Amino acid sequence: MKIDHDTLHKLAHLARLDVKPGEEEALLASLDNVLTWMEQLNELDTEGVEPLTHVTGEVNNWREDAAENRLSRHEALANAPSQDGTYLKVPKVIE
Amino acid sequence: MKEYLSLADIQHDLRAGNTTCEELVGYYLSRIDAHRHLNAFVEVYAEEARARALEVDARLREGTAGKLAGLVVGLKDVLCHAGHGVQAGSHMLDNYRSPFTATAVQRILDEDAIVIGRQNCDEFAMGSSNESSYFGPVRNAADSTRVPGGSSGGSAAAVQANLCHAALGSDTGGSVRQPAAFCGTVGLKPSYGRVSRWGLIAYASSFDCIGPITRSVEDAALLLEIMAGPDEHDSTVSTREVPAYSRELHWEQPARVGYLREAVESEAVEPAIRERTLAVLNQLREQGHTVEPIEMPLLRYFLPTYYILTTAEASSNLSRFDGVRYGYRSPEASNLEGLYKKSRTEGFGDEVRRRILLGTFVLSANYYDAYYTKAQRVRNLVRKESEGLFDHHDFLISPVTPTTAFRLGEKMDDPLQMYLADIFTVQANVVGAPAISIPNGTDEAGLPIGVQVMARPFAEQDLLAFSNYLTELIGAGESVK
Repeated sequence: MKIDHDTLHKLAHLARLDVKPGEEEALLASLDNVLTWMEQLNELDTEGVEPLTHVTGEVNNWREDAAENRLSRHEALANAPSQDGTYLKVPKVIE
Repeated sequence: MKEYLSLADIQHDLRAGNTTCEELVGYYLSRIDAHRHLNAFVEVYAEEARARALEVDARLREGTAGKLAGLVVGLKDVLCHAGHGVQAGSHMLDNYRSPFTATAVQRILDEDAIVIGRQNCDEFAMGSSNESSYFGPVRNAADSTRVPGGSSGGSAAAVQANLCHAALGSDTGGSVRQPAAFCGTVGLKPSYGRVSRWGLIAYASSFDCIGPITRSVEDAALLLEIMAGPDEHDSTVSTREVPAYSRELHWEQPARVGYLREAVESEAVEPAIRERTLAVLNQLREQGHTVEPIEMPLLRYFLPTYYILTTAEASSNLSRFDGVRYGYRSPEASNLEGLYKKSRTEGFGDEVRRRILLGTFVLSANYYDAYYTKAQRVRNLVRKESEGLFDHHDFLISPVTPTTAFRLGEKMDDPLQMYLADIFTVQANVVGAPAISIPNGTDEAGLPIGVQVMARPFAEQDLLAFSNYLTELIGAGESVK
């Protein structure tokens, strides 16, 4: 097992997810299964091979460093589940 | 109404006065209505499409219509369209209306395409069967007990059933080509960076490509030439010139074609697909092309590489869904951390959460080098292997999928089995190359089979011309039988 119960809960916390009651064992098994499958890559010698981070040969496509306002406050707030016309609202953060 | 295979035929009839955009839209709307059981559309813009049809008809009369006048198109539910809903097949984006339009969508709108609705897909484009959608599964029009493939399943099924003439999908590991193959349509994944990703809801940013699903290679070429090219909103788009792909669709010279021996010999590929692939290779040989088997020793590492990198990118991309700025918010939360966790847990489906957790794992401090960096190194090896193949071959041909459309529910319990549906398609995404799925007959049960042609990065012109030629060759072969 690459992932135990503690690791699963730690990962879920990092990803800001909850582990639902009753799904823990099945989730552990499926994650473990996929990670074991991923480890096939260890069969390959990658000594001296650079990590590939960009697939195109494009470098530094600059644009003008000019500020512009593409989204009005009204538009930006329009999809918010809770807002007061000026700010997004969330549950109280400071006691 | 006649069934059109190409936009050129539609435009011919528009010019001849045999039909109008209004009539075309009415026709597609009635077909959408008659095919609701397919569940291909999440939302249909009936009134808006009718109104726009009248506008395009007026421009046609004035002679000011754009290149896509007469094209009725659907958008996969991952493409932003100002003032319209978009939610990536997810509960997480309930009620979200996009404040802006994706560059690719804007470019086809500017040429008078008529958008008829948004189309069902796997949640956040993660899936190969369209069963992970919050809106429920899509059904294959050839057999409604079977999946249409995914993740652009609604788009492929809609084009298959002629509910719209074409669709725009997205392809991260095969999500345009695999459903195109399952549904007997054409599906094109362009080179990475050929089409702007601005306004495409991100899954894995170093793999994602917008691509057309059409009824002909020529329409795929036309849509690509309109969508492609630099965009100030996406700095990864190539600045290379965009050829007029649709004008150069004739292929005459001898081609050097490589094919994967395993793909036509392996027991894991269904016999009917092996036979149809071999038939195409034989036809090409008879026509004087060089057809040679190739080895890809890294083949079995493509999918693990793909899944390590895409889950990592997805966990990062999907961190933006926080229940605060837009989308679903859990009513249960009493503090901020709880709000994040409950909104995301209730808003995302099982496969999306599984991939976020996998991505979080491979990016975590203790495992970053062992998984994520390792996969980036292997990605480099895969690219070198592919470049080597293209030194000696113009095109690589393979089946698109190892099986024809499978039954609903058949692979939902085993993520690894589902992942294997993309075995032949992921390579193009891993190396950034263009690849296309074109129809290649059916199996004994009448289920569509696709053949994939892949070319070196930015060789879309050759890819499309050759695929157009190959389509004619396959058609000629079928009519002899």
